[in-house]
Amino acid sequence: MLEKMIFGRYVPGNSFVHRLDPRSKLLFVFLFIVAVFLANNTATYALLLAFTLLVISIARIRLYFLFNGLKPILFLIIFTLLMHFIFTKEGALLIDWKFLKIYEEGVRQGIYISIRFLVLVLMTTILTLTTSPISITDGMETLLNPLKRFKLPVHELALMMSISLRFIPTLMDETDKILKAQLARGSDLTSGTVKERIRAVVPLLVPLFVSAFKRAEDLAIAMEVRGYRGGEGRTRYRQLDWQWRDTVVIILFLVLVVALFWLRGGN
Amino acid sequence: MKEILSLDHVSYSYESEDGVTRRAVDDVNFTVNDGEWIAIVGHNGSGKSTLAKLMIGLLFPEQGKVKVFLEELNADNLWEIRSDIGIVFQNPDNQFVGSTVQDDVAFALENNGIPFEEMVPRVHESLAQVNMEGFLDHEPHHLSGGQKQRVAIAGALAMRPKLLILDEATSMLDPQGRDEVIQVVDELKRTTGLTVISITHDLEEVLLADRVIVMNDGKLLLTGKPEEIFAHGDKLESIGLDLPFAARLSRSLRQAGVGIQGEHMTEEELVNELWTSHFNK
Ligand SMILES: Nc1ncnc2c1ncn2[C@@H]1O[C@H](COP(=O)(O)OP(=O)(O)OP(=O)(O)O)[C@@H](O)[C@H]1O
Ligand SMILES: [Mg+2]
Repeated sequence: MLEKMIFGRYVPGNSFVHRLDPRSKLLFVFLFIVAVFLANNTATYALLLAFTLLVISIARIRLYFLFNGLKPILFLIIFTLLMHFIFTKEGALLIDWKFLKIYEEGVRQGIYISIRFLVLVLMTTILTLTTSPISITDGMETLLNPLKRFKLPVHELALMMSISLRFIPTLMDETDKILKAQLARGSDLTSGTVKERIRAVVPLLVPLFVSAFKRAEDLAIAMEVRGYRGGEGRTRYRQLDWQWRDTVVIILFLVLVVALFWLRGGN
Repeated sequence: MKEILSLDHVSYSYESEDGVTRRAVDDVNFTVNDGEWIAIVGHNGSGKSTLAKLMIGLLFPEQGKVKVFLEELNADNLWEIRSDIGIVFQNPDNQFVGSTVQDDVAFALENNGIPFEEMVPRVHESLAQVNMEGFLDHEPHHLSGGQKQRVAIAGALAMRPKLLILDEATSMLDPQGRDEVIQVVDELKRTTGLTVISITHDLEEVLLADRVIVMNDGKLLLTGKPEEIFAHGDKLESIGLDLPFAARLSRSLRQAGVGIQGEHMTEEELVNELWTSHFNK
């Protein structure tokens, strides 16, 4: 069930999109999210949708894989669409069948909003599918670097994030081990009332927390003896490399914005 | 012989929550020379890890002096001295900082401000020294314990340390992982003349050492060559330490009246003694 969910997952690959610098991808997705709100008519929404599909094909992500993985979110989108169909009562009446009255404006609004939602979800999913979490962290750290002047602890935040990412699999394994150990002692997480089940989680969480604190302490010592004293005077092993293709991405974005302004309905 | 590290009447106590102070290290003296391999043994809680922490300035002695590279450790020279000491701890998972093998090896280099152009060859070189050069981009959870510990050693080697401390670095590994790590350290010592202090429960590891230090309840009980130490069989057993199998067998045979001479550390020594013992009569 969880394996199929691809929102936020990374799948290594070697496409044009995979090889982009995380900074250009992050910048692009962030600006794209803003630009989506420029769309206000059929032509602009169609353009956004077409553009997104183009990016998917460049990233060599199979549509079936993508939509299958996003099923729960697609349900949400379809639900929004239906709500608009049923409850918006403006424009010409299209269908009038017993209780059900569907108006032209409802259909239009529903479709627009669904497309907006869909392209946002798709773009961010493409970002995480094609960029390793650690690259995203690196990109964020560099992009947010100017904010250091306003006392934002950019380096510390990035380090926290990379260490958390590094420890997720370790703690997952640990949870699994503790779960099995508690099951072997007769703890039952799968039956009983909600209250009983919540109570059964406690013996799972307590050892997990204890061990996580122990790990944190060990890690802090290991970092200190290897000379970690904060971001000051540190060099970086992971180098980001802005290439021609990253400039292309930014130009492509500008072209998209110009096209959106040009196709936009005036109001 | 050049001195690398010395402890001069060093003591340290921990204060527990209920206000009781416990001497974890009590008036300990010893000197480690350049190129030596020292093994420190002792029962659980005998103060071995506390010693390691004193050596690398995670703790400062209550009494006495800790000198590293002939300088007394203090808050001013702490970071500089640390950059010349590598230390590897027990738990392979809890000392892996980077998200991949190469990031982890580079961590100390980054902290010490080594420029990027120099980091790349150093990372590759250190990984080659521990036979892990094929694992640059591997993530920690896809590595075995022994591999993680070898990466941790590479991370220490990247700073080109003069002294490597292993605090039970092999105790959480399976026999194969343990052999891998010991082999790597042995090889390093022979090829680069690295000084090694290894805190261990593993008797094979003790036999590789030039000198053994036995700790008991915070005090230094015995020090000497491995064969000298294992000659004190009863004393070791009385403080809860094991003897190597060959040494135990040799002792039992002698006690049973089999005419063999001296102590035997390894099976080979014992076998040689046994099959030649008749000629010597
Ligand atoms: N942070 C601490 N606070 C209080 N007491 C401590 C602390 N760390 C260690 N001790 C105590 O100091 C003594 C020596 O501990 P140390 O960890 O040095 O022993 P060790 O020889 O490394 O043991 P082991 O073989 O179990 O690793 C023990 O009695 C221990 O309970
Ligand atoms: Mg210890």
